[in-house]
Amino acid sequence: MTYRVGEPVTVAARAHRGHHRTPSYIKGRTGRIERVHAAFPNPETRAYGGDGLPETPLYLVSFARSDLWPDAPVAGDHQVYVDVFEHWLEEPK
Amino acid sequence: MERGVHDRGGVSTDEAIDRSEHTLEDWEVLTDALAGALARRGLVNVDELRRGIESMPADEYEQAAYYERWLFSIETILTEKGVLAAGELDRRVAR
Repeated sequence: MTYRVGEPVTVAARAHRGHHRTPSYIKGRTGRIERVHAAFPNPETRAYGGDGLPETPLYLVSFARSDLWPDAPVAGDHQVYVDVFEHWLEEPK
Repeated sequence: MERGVHDRGGVSTDEAIDRSEHTLEDWEVLTDALAGALARRGLVNVDELRRGIESMPADEYEQAAYYERWLFSIETILTEKGVLAAGELDRRVAR
């Protein structure tokens, strides 16, 4: 596991045409590791008949709503939690 | 950034979101059972099922009901794997 709870991480802003579990609304955004779930088979290869190995660490990452949708017409701020695989995470610049 | 038709979290819309519940029709229950049976037999996994749904042409995706997307995906994956021959379901339905 590369990242630890409490560390800031930035989600890679890369395009990816095939199946992946990283929603576009977090790409390029910076959040914080909340939990290290475990390692799981990679859905990006399992979706195409592969075995998903090696297993890839999955993290629970929190983002501030105001960072994801700064113009949203809602009062106050809150956290948005997304499960993200390790190969989508980078150290913030 | 390019996003798939299914990747719509946070996308703004002026349309009201339909939150009403409805009783599932028989074909919807059967579709769910079919996906479960195929998964237990190791023929289709959930990642393939999702990938098949995401591969639908955008206009078909928008018009399809939830379980119609499942059926599209199941047919796509089973045809890829040679479990179904191309066009086999269409021919059987036309009989």
